[in-house]
Amino acid sequence: MTAPPRKLPVLDDLSGFFWTSGADGVLRVQRCTACGHWQHPPLPSCAQCHADDLAPQPVSGRGRVKTFTINRQAWTPGMAPFTFAAIELDEQAELYLFSNVTGDPEAVRTGMAVEVTFEQQDDVWLPLFRPVEAAHG
Amino acid sequence: MADLPERRACITGIGQSKVGRPSSETPIRLTMQAAREAVADAGLTMADIDGIANYPMKTTEGGGISPVGVGEAMFALGIDATWIGSSTHEGPGHMGAIFQAVMAVATGLCRHVLVFRSVAQAQARLQARGSTLLGGSRGRVEGNNAWTVPFHAISPANMWALYAQAYFDRYGASSEQLGWVAVNGRRNAALNPNAIYRNPITIDDYMASRVISSPLRLYDCDTHIDGCTALVISCADAAMDLRNQPIRIEAMGMALGGIGQGIHTGDFTALPAGRAGDMLWSRTDLKPRDVDNAQIYDGFSILTLLWLEALQLCAPGEAAAFVEGGTRIALDGELPMNTGGGQLSGGRWHGFGHTHEACVQLWGRGGARQVAGARLSAVCNGGYGYGALLLRTD
Repeated sequence: MTAPPRKLPVLDDLSGFFWTSGADGVLRVQRCTACGHWQHPPLPSCAQCHADDLAPQPVSGRGRVKTFTINRQAWTPGMAPFTFAAIELDEQAELYLFSNVTGDPEAVRTGMAVEVTFEQQDDVWLPLFRPVEAAHG
Repeated sequence: MADLPERRACITGIGQSKVGRPSSETPIRLTMQAAREAVADAGLTMADIDGIANYPMKTTEGGGISPVGVGEAMFALGIDATWIGSSTHEGPGHMGAIFQAVMAVATGLCRHVLVFRSVAQAQARLQARGSTLLGGSRGRVEGNNAWTVPFHAISPANMWALYAQAYFDRYGASSEQLGWVAVNGRRNAALNPNAIYRNPITIDDYMASRVISSPLRLYDCDTHIDGCTALVISCADAAMDLRNQPIRIEAMGMALGGIGQGIHTGDFTALPAGRAGDMLWSRTDLKPRDVDNAQIYDGFSILTLLWLEALQLCAPGEAAAFVEGGTRIALDGELPMNTGGGQLSGGRWHGFGHTHEACVQLWGRGGARQVAGARLSAVCNGGYGYGALLLRTD
């Protein structure tokens, strides 16, 4: 599948870790040191207990497709159909990441188990998600 | 509840420029058209206008999203204002300037506020095809867009498609139901001379239209235009002797959710707008069943279903069945909806078209699209900041 280059995010103090986490093949999400609450996108304080002590922590990289869309409109020339989804990570209910599900868009279903895979472009490791094989899903 | 600030404010005049896609007029000329019409409609002159506000602040970025600033309009129109406001996306949605104007007249800062919303997105598209897409500018993306655009989700259609799919999955709703929001809008737009799309469509046309971002189709998406909508908001004391019967603001409600920060809670089947609905109904003794026409935000059709539920006009999960077939939301139905065509067919006046249309209905100016006996309108705007109004004439 050919895809146009991705428009990359600014790496700022709060979110930079998320976009570079995949350099060692591990997905990290912001977690509250005080109460253990995971949150994404990263915030300056914990949405649960309001503590300011937060840190990136590794996650399993596994989750499920909460909801998804197959984009068919070529917003830029040459854009092929792709799947854009909200992935609910296994670590916590309603811990969502937006991403693409790789592979055949027609095979994507709500509730499907997925796992992270990274695509590097410049200084960014984009966390994408691929269907977990039925054998170990 | 007689001392609520919104009860001290009224809408006394409305104006709207000719719609264009694109318009041959410059944005400031379109703004002047709408503003002069609104002020004359109220029976006032520019010398009477002592307040002015717009939504949102002027920006040269964003593909014509807000091409005219409040100062620019003030000088062009010869308004000598003592109170000047300008609102942002981070407030009660597109109603930011309206809410500010209500508070300005209610607190005695001024008597008659000109409120306007100008758009020039069609003209911007002539300059750059992708001008209205998220992350349309060069370089890297930040803020909310950083969480979606790197994944090629450069249209708001992608995000609202996630809500539509989740809503379909949870409630068993279908495109054949959702499509009636679009069909109903087009049916009403055919009766609105200033709507951009006026050729009727059927539900079969809708189902045959191309998928943009599943399950959303072409007709689920509103369309960019050039134009301006203006309102005059007056303090109740000054409104009584004017040309029109004042439109009273029974209640207002607002909310700001995390969506504009990339923060999504719940299961993607409801909007934070529910809090705007709660606030609205907490400020009145009227009930949702009293509403006799509804101008429900339809930047995307799925937003209309979610807003119907947020405003408690439908129970959770029931909006799709409510619009299905288009009978209950028709001009002669139990809740006539988006009577001017909404944004889907009327054009993206960006929320202000909905308030304008509510006034058209309450003043009985709808002509072929007039709802018989319209007395109480529910109006709502937004998909990040959320604003809602209950407007009445009786």
